[in-house]
Amino acid sequence: MSRRPIWMERPRLVERLAQGLILSLVVLLVVYPFAEIVSTSLAGQADVDAGGGLVLLPLHPTLRAYQVVFEGGAVTRAILISVGVTVVGTLASLATTVAMAYALSRPILGSRQILRMALLTLFFAPGIIPSYLVVKQLGLLNTYASLVLPVLLNAFNLVVVRQFFMAVPEELVDSARLDGAGDLAILLRIVLPLSKAAVAVIGLFYAVGYWNAFFNALLYLNDQSRWPLQLILRLYVIQGAPLPGVGSYVTGQAPPPPESIQMAVVVIALLPIVFAYPFLQRYFTKGVLSGAIKG
Amino acid sequence: MLLLALPGCCYFIVFYYLPLLGYVVAFQNYLPFIGFVDSPFVGLDNFRSLFTDPGFWAAVENTIVISLLQLLLYFPVPIGLAILINGLISTRWRRFIQSVVYLPHFVSWVIIVALFQQMLGSDGPVVHALRATGLPAVDLMTSPPFFKWLVTLQLIWKDAGWGAIIYLAALLSIDPTLYEAATVDGAGRWRRLWHVTLPGLIDITILLLILRIGALLSVGFEQIILQRDNVGPGAGEVLDTYVYFHGIAAGQWGLAAAAGILKAVIAAALVIGANRFAHRLGYGGVYT
Repeated sequence: MSRRPIWMERPRLVERLAQGLILSLVVLLVVYPFAEIVSTSLAGQADVDAGGGLVLLPLHPTLRAYQVVFEGGAVTRAILISVGVTVVGTLASLATTVAMAYALSRPILGSRQILRMALLTLFFAPGIIPSYLVVKQLGLLNTYASLVLPVLLNAFNLVVVRQFFMAVPEELVDSARLDGAGDLAILLRIVLPLSKAAVAVIGLFYAVGYWNAFFNALLYLNDQSRWPLQLILRLYVIQGAPLPGVGSYVTGQAPPPPESIQMAVVVIALLPIVFAYPFLQRYFTKGVLSGAIKG
Repeated sequence: MLLLALPGCCYFIVFYYLPLLGYVVAFQNYLPFIGFVDSPFVGLDNFRSLFTDPGFWAAVENTIVISLLQLLLYFPVPIGLAILINGLISTRWRRFIQSVVYLPHFVSWVIIVALFQQMLGSDGPVVHALRATGLPAVDLMTSPPFFKWLVTLQLIWKDAGWGAIIYLAALLSIDPTLYEAATVDGAGRWRRLWHVTLPGLIDITILLLILRIGALLSVGFEQIILQRDNVGPGAGEVLDTYVYFHGIAAGQWGLAAAAGILKAVIAAALVIGANRFAHRLGYGGVYT
């Protein structure tokens, strides 16, 4: 709790009410849709019918929709693909970002020019057709690499990491060099441990990007069996295609309503974000990123 | 040492600078099985057929209308939100509100569209409420006239909170003694907002406005391609989806690349123009 500065007059009741009302409304508008998809995913047919398709609070919550989703197989495979792409992609992105940021954080010949070349990419996008042609020429169409390589680096993240590396005292680096450490050893043993927080948060940003990406997969993967979760989500939830395995579901019980199956897939796709969020948030409220923006 | 920068350099060259060469297909009748080198050059033919295609002009119009709508309705929201949050005295509340409003930024467009389908679609609370009050129940997700408002609403929902971060940082950097001095001089809450807070935000606002103007022809591609088919190309086609559907889906490579070039050139001109204009007004701008 912080206190009102002494020069500030007591806010009038109307002002406080208006402020509270607007902010509560904002919070409600953000939270409500999430609450509704979770309750719909837990609802049975009776709950869906009772609300006319709209479920506020399931009276008979059940996890059957999730069970059906995982038994169908298509979603499970997509989850595995998405996890794989996210893990490999994040590691590859971090490795190249950290290596490049370190090289550019030291005053060596050519680093200014390289930095300028990288920064310029913030101002233009390569364009859909030319990007597609490059990926095609490299023979990456229909490979998982096409989900990673074209988005491997982000110039903004590069600048943020570089900014943190610059803060490492030059004397520390020099003394390590005198002790016989090479560039790689200095990076791994001294610079990296000192900038752990920044590197972790950049890694999370990359991970969220890979997990959420959908357009590159749409562009480069024709083979539906290679689709990541976001594309599967588009197919079954937005385009409303029936989930394979659900129709042939026979155990004596009626299958869960399609609404809850769809929302169960949405919740599954949201979970990693929800888990990563507190970590992400801890860093950006501390101003890790805004400090770098100003620099 | 520079060796460490090599993989990164290769990345930027291969995936940002090399594709610029790919624009050569805009002047070719590009045939994928022949390749760039041997595809016949056709001069400006692609541009000629682009300009005579009414679909292209519809896409241009939709793009500009959506962009202007977003500039008008979306752009001010993060500023207002930042000022509101900044006005909270309790740090606990401030942190809570921040965590809530930043969250949607990390949610993928596919999920956002699914959420909106749930809210505004035929079974959602909005349609229920409309029906309860006896108004015609419209499925707002598939209504062509509503489409431009819909994508603007979605953008506000997703990114207004995140957009507020940068303004909040700017607000924190305003010297508190300015507020103190203004109060001593007799300025009330609103005069302080007008004479201290808003001037403290003007530089960052101009910077973001320039970037926004540079992106005038790019309206959320992932967002729109997910929903274009709900309303048809008449209402939902924008420049980027035009390029995608003509190029990748229909194989009219030259035509699509020509549209891409036009877009890129106009975007560059817009950024440079807006930056010049900001300098003339005496503000910093994006670059010097």
